[in-house]
Amino acid sequence: MGAVITGIGLLTPTGVGIAEYWASTTAGTSAVGELTRFDASRYPARLAAEVTGLDPAEHLPARLLPQTDRMTQLALLASDRAFADAGLVPAELPEFRAGVLTASSSGGFEFGHRELHNLWSQGPQYVSAYQSFAWFYAVNSGQISIRHGLRGAGGVVVAEQAGGLDALGAARRRLRDGELETVATGGMESSLSPWGWAAYLASGRLSTRTDPARAYLPFGEDANGWVPGEGGAILVLEDETAALARNARSYGSLAGYASTFDPAPRSGRPPTLRRAAELALDDAGCSPSDIDAVFADGAGVPELDAAEAGAIRELFGPDGVPVTVPKAGTGRLSSGAGPVDVAAALLAASTGVLPPTANVPAPRAGYRIDLVTRPRTARVRTALVLARGHGGFNSAVVLRAPAEPVRLASPDSPGAAETTEGVRR
Amino acid sequence: MTGSDRPTLDQNTLKEILRAAAGEVGEEPDFLDTPFAECGYDSIVMLETAARIEREFKVSVPEETLAAESTPRSLISAVNNQLIAAG
Repeated sequence: MGAVITGIGLLTPTGVGIAEYWASTTAGTSAVGELTRFDASRYPARLAAEVTGLDPAEHLPARLLPQTDRMTQLALLASDRAFADAGLVPAELPEFRAGVLTASSSGGFEFGHRELHNLWSQGPQYVSAYQSFAWFYAVNSGQISIRHGLRGAGGVVVAEQAGGLDALGAARRRLRDGELETVATGGMESSLSPWGWAAYLASGRLSTRTDPARAYLPFGEDANGWVPGEGGAILVLEDETAALARNARSYGSLAGYASTFDPAPRSGRPPTLRRAAELALDDAGCSPSDIDAVFADGAGVPELDAAEAGAIRELFGPDGVPVTVPKAGTGRLSSGAGPVDVAAALLAASTGVLPPTANVPAPRAGYRIDLVTRPRTARVRTALVLARGHGGFNSAVVLRAPAEPVRLASPDSPGAAETTEGVRR
Repeated sequence: MTGSDRPTLDQNTLKEILRAAAGEVGEEPDFLDTPFAECGYDSIVMLETAARIEREFKVSVPEETLAAESTPRSLISAVNNQLIAAG
């Protein structure tokens, strides 16, 4: 049996929760702006997309705050939303049949930055005992597991931006193996501290522009680098049989997944994003003509955009399929990006609207891709989501919408509201 | 600083330290004699608490005073005994 997405917990710069995210994303809103988390005035890149309007301290037990990085606090809140959206009370699940499998790209940089500062300015005895795990890649999986009492198989995958899709693939495997029935999966990132910023800058690919509307322009004529964002999504992935048995609403199935790793630089061999997409299509048992939309990686770096546009063109033909990059509005979320794009693709299927690529009026002419630059009405039954991670990672997933489109809760319904019911503290 | 000037650890200071280390202090009526474990403070919270006491009072907090059955009263007396001994 398949694996279906039954719950979506979104915390992004363009919106907290499904309704807010989708309204701003379909409107082409961008949250890219001046970085406010620390004084970045002396750094070459100064734009970011931040999650605003949500204070984790208001929603989490006080005892969790000293021991968690911001990315973990956001991940916990997203997991609450995902389970509430799935209509599941985690405490009622069989504890060893439910697990957590998330992706992480950098761990808790803000926490780690503070403790390194304490170490070098005051000495080792000033380093928080919680640093032992609060920075760690696996900490979001661990804290979600503890909060909701999910004691089945779990773990973390690390593959920079591609990791968010790899987590979904790994979660599906646990369901297929029959090991689990329910998995909280996805990725959540927040590295907007000076140390995190230094790591981003080291990629050499950040936009150094100061105009937020002209900085991150995936596939644009004027693409000049990318802008980091914070946030991500935690999704509930369920065994289809189990979901049917409880009459759960499904946003769609994770029909195909594949990942590839690029040949070494200077090997002369081409990158393998296209291969990842082909393998994911094969895995889903479908052909390029079945794909109604592509949610692209959209690096915003000209040579990477050209490579991705080439892969899409080769697979689908020139202008052969609508391509969109909603992350133009959220910045690149590292491991959070793939799961957010998966949510966006499922919401596009539910609502019949493809969200645009914010701030990009048209793709570079030679790319010959049908870039969605304004909200577009479209029947989306099957979608391809692509993600690339720095260092050669490529991942792709194919999503298939249910026969009957899902009806989303209206924005003012309590469906997406915070819940702490059933949470083990 | 001479020994006689050294401040000692009292109940309120310990509460402040615990609040910083653990995020909150429970409202147990019998704060001094309720074992830390019963208040939900796990071993890592106790490590963080001990590190904060060590920093503030320049003493070393022996591991056995952090055991699950230890209480605020036993921790306070272990710390203060050291402060007195250090004179």
